[in-house]
Amino acid sequence: MIPVLLILIPLLTGLVSFFIKNDKAVKTWSVLSSVITLLIAFTAVFNCYPGQLSYDAAWLPTLGSRFALMTDGMGKMLCLLTAVSFPLIFAAIFKNNYKQSSGFYGLMLLSQAGLMGVFTAADALVFYFFWELALIPVYFLCSIWGGEKRIAVTFKFFIYTFLGSLLMLVGILFLYFHTNDHSFALKSFYHIHLSGKQENFIFWLFFIAFAIKMPIFPFHTWQPDAYEQSPTATTMVMSGIMVKMGIFAVVRWLLPVFPNASVQFANIIIILSVIGMIYASLIAIRQDDIKRLIAYSSIAHIGLMCAAIFTQNKTGLEGVMIQMFNHGINVLGLWIVADVIEQKLGTRKFIDLGGLAQKAPVLAILLVVMSLANIALPLTNAFIGEFLMFNGLFQYNIWIAAAAGISIILAAVYTLNMIQKVLYGNTVAATENAVEISGNIQLVLVILAITVIVLGVYPQPMIDLTKDTVNAILVNH
Amino acid sequence: MNAIIVSALLGVVMMFSGIITTKRSSITYTAIISLLVLLVANLLNTYGIWEFHVNTHGMLQFDKFGMFFNSIAITATLIYVILSGKDIEKTGIHVSEYYALIFFVLCGVSILTSFNGLLMLFIGIEILSIPLYILTGADKRNLKSNEASLKYFLMGSFSTGIMLMGIVLIYGATGSFALGVLHDAPAAGLPVKASFIEVAGILLLFASMCFKVSAAPFHFWTPDVYDGAPSVFTSFMATIVKSAGFIAFIRLFESNTQALGPTWKILLSFVIIATLLIGNITAVFQQSVKRMLAYSSIAQAGFMLFALYSNNDLAKEGILLYAVAYSLATIGIFAILIKMKDYTFDGYNGLAKSEPVLAFTNTIFLLSLAGIPLTAGFFAKYYMLASVVKAGGALWLVVVAVVFAAISVYYYFRLIQAMYFKEGDAETTGISSGFKNALLILAVLIILFGVFPSLVLNSFYF
Repeated sequence: MIPVLLILIPLLTGLVSFFIKNDKAVKTWSVLSSVITLLIAFTAVFNCYPGQLSYDAAWLPTLGSRFALMTDGMGKMLCLLTAVSFPLIFAAIFKNNYKQSSGFYGLMLLSQAGLMGVFTAADALVFYFFWELALIPVYFLCSIWGGEKRIAVTFKFFIYTFLGSLLMLVGILFLYFHTNDHSFALKSFYHIHLSGKQENFIFWLFFIAFAIKMPIFPFHTWQPDAYEQSPTATTMVMSGIMVKMGIFAVVRWLLPVFPNASVQFANIIIILSVIGMIYASLIAIRQDDIKRLIAYSSIAHIGLMCAAIFTQNKTGLEGVMIQMFNHGINVLGLWIVADVIEQKLGTRKFIDLGGLAQKAPVLAILLVVMSLANIALPLTNAFIGEFLMFNGLFQYNIWIAAAAGISIILAAVYTLNMIQKVLYGNTVAATENAVEISGNIQLVLVILAITVIVLGVYPQPMIDLTKDTVNAILVNH
Repeated sequence: MNAIIVSALLGVVMMFSGIITTKRSSITYTAIISLLVLLVANLLNTYGIWEFHVNTHGMLQFDKFGMFFNSIAITATLIYVILSGKDIEKTGIHVSEYYALIFFVLCGVSILTSFNGLLMLFIGIEILSIPLYILTGADKRNLKSNEASLKYFLMGSFSTGIMLMGIVLIYGATGSFALGVLHDAPAAGLPVKASFIEVAGILLLFASMCFKVSAAPFHFWTPDVYDGAPSVFTSFMATIVKSAGFIAFIRLFESNTQALGPTWKILLSFVIIATLLIGNITAVFQQSVKRMLAYSSIAQAGFMLFALYSNNDLAKEGILLYAVAYSLATIGIFAILIKMKDYTFDGYNGLAKSEPVLAFTNTIFLLSLAGIPLTAGFFAKYYMLASVVKAGGALWLVVVAVVFAAISVYYYFRLIQAMYFKEGDAETTGISSGFKNALLILAVLIILFGVFPSLVLNSFYF
């Protein structure tokens, strides 16, 4: 029952939001809804009701599809990430004003419902439904509330991902007709036997869908523009949680279903990922806009996660699990800072910024913590994840690990460069009258910074939480 | 049998209703009641409660599939009349005749869903087509409407001629009009050796059917006719008539293709890809929404042809669902289009502000045509793709179709963009609250079928 609640609460409250006309009321309503979802996610994570973690009901008997949901370790962790992110996002943007805010918050909650569905689906058709359901609200969010070039950019993003989804649908259909019991259930998919040629072909149909979502080089071209043009609250959802859909889907729907193909093509994918990491890092160095810099840095981080998955060894996979959560937290923090700067100073360009540390020391400290986590410095949460992932890559192939290692240095270059240009130096016109952050935003950033450090020192709970998923994949091989 | 007889009778009733009353709205109400009567008559027949017994000497054969499609067509027409009845009244002065012609078209539809011989196929197609030629030219004072009507008539007569030629050749080769004789194959295992005349006949028949459902390369009449005809009647032609054409197409070719051997699938995949290509790519470049819908109907026909390609149980279920999903959505979009002052994409700018209900329901209809999950259109496309995957061996064709489906998003979403994201003051005329409610009900139906497609399909199994 818990996964059903995780989907239903944001779905229903989201639909209700459309009819709340009062600006303040709809904000409070959304915060309330997301906090309730968070509480339910906690009951899942702490295993309060062990009998309630899955759900199965008849849906389309003639098609062999059931409305089946389940939560394994990885699912719980990502549900937790989703559930944690939304109240923080809502709190951080509480002071922002959006035209037609009822629509904005309603769509945000609907996208949360879609994400929860993706992370809990145990039936391929249900999975596909939620995969799309998460996309549609984001499309509208970006196109209505985004920046100047929003319509064209979001359209590109939509068509890209929709094409990917359709290819995946073809793959799902093919697998469905090859299951023994003609069913879309995850379990039946895990027991499929395909010929080598079939497996290779269908593998790519799935992988392209996931690669577009993550995004992996060379399918990444939609991403920087989409992140830049979206309203920052939506960018937080996209880069904090939605990209995890791709990684999650690879772990749940790709590796166990195509065991041979995913070993056979691991090389190509890892090399693509590493190319993407270095390429994105190099471009990030040349950026002069905070949002674009974070976008490219995000591509680099996701590339590492994708590479680590395909090493298919224990350390690599453990690293991916931890890093999925940590990356969500870190990037959320960075986006919030970017949003604060944009809202307060009206610019995101490095040229117009500088000396912010003198005017807003608390913001400066919190941004530094988040940035250090972005570089994966020891004692921050990202260090553990990246360390494990590099370890995994090292076991796979030492040269690839070495090449990927370059991106750590490059990450330090662009992140520290950003800190220097935004925080230090002399104040300029825009930052002359900057004021310190306060209230909600300060609270949210402090919570995030504490999470960064706590998980950096003591990451064991996350490893324990996702142990079962990692073991299940390793057993499969 | 009920549907054929009752629809013909009611057509005559509608014709004379113009003598009894000159009040236009009461003629529309008569039409709605008559459609309900027709629906009930057909349902009585479907469930075997009561029917006219006429000995057709095996020329007609009534099965569940056909009668169920009759119900779909009648219900869709009912929805269409409820939504656009006011606009039918405005088209010209002969309101009762328009309705009479619509009933005659329905009579043609019910023959096409039950024919059991080439002769009845021909009669059905003619009964279906001739009223449409007239309806296309209903807007007598409009040059474009006249032009479209003439074009449609000329092209239609040619295709009918070709069909007759095909029928004659087949008759010459096999000595029968019955469907069964065509595939009177030699003993199992032996390769089928069809005579040249028979093959030529089947190909001619195929070409003329392609013309009727506007599949490429026989689609050239579609954009001009759809664009020129009064929009209310375009809506009718593009949905109910087109779906009926597909049912006839499938009925005709589900078992008559052995004579062509493996060439059949190659030929058909060529037609499918050409249809998808021309429909989708040309739709991208349209500036008028009405023309875009004409090309989109070609593109959708490409998808429906998959049912013919795979030719299995999933395909038959799927084509019914496709007919429902496509007809409902297109009727809705046209109903809104008719109310717009400006038929271009720019004419829709800012509709979300001025008429939120219209914009919202239009979005649902467009999402359904694009095949986004949670709408009926998704399962329609799903069934088509699934049936081909199930038939096996043509995964590449499915991948190609999927790429075109992604392209179709471009032009459907352009309309959504115009309504929601662009500034402007879209002008509309004559929108009543009843119209809005009807649209909302239609949108709810589409979502309902998108979540539980079994609502449509279970009644098929009943």
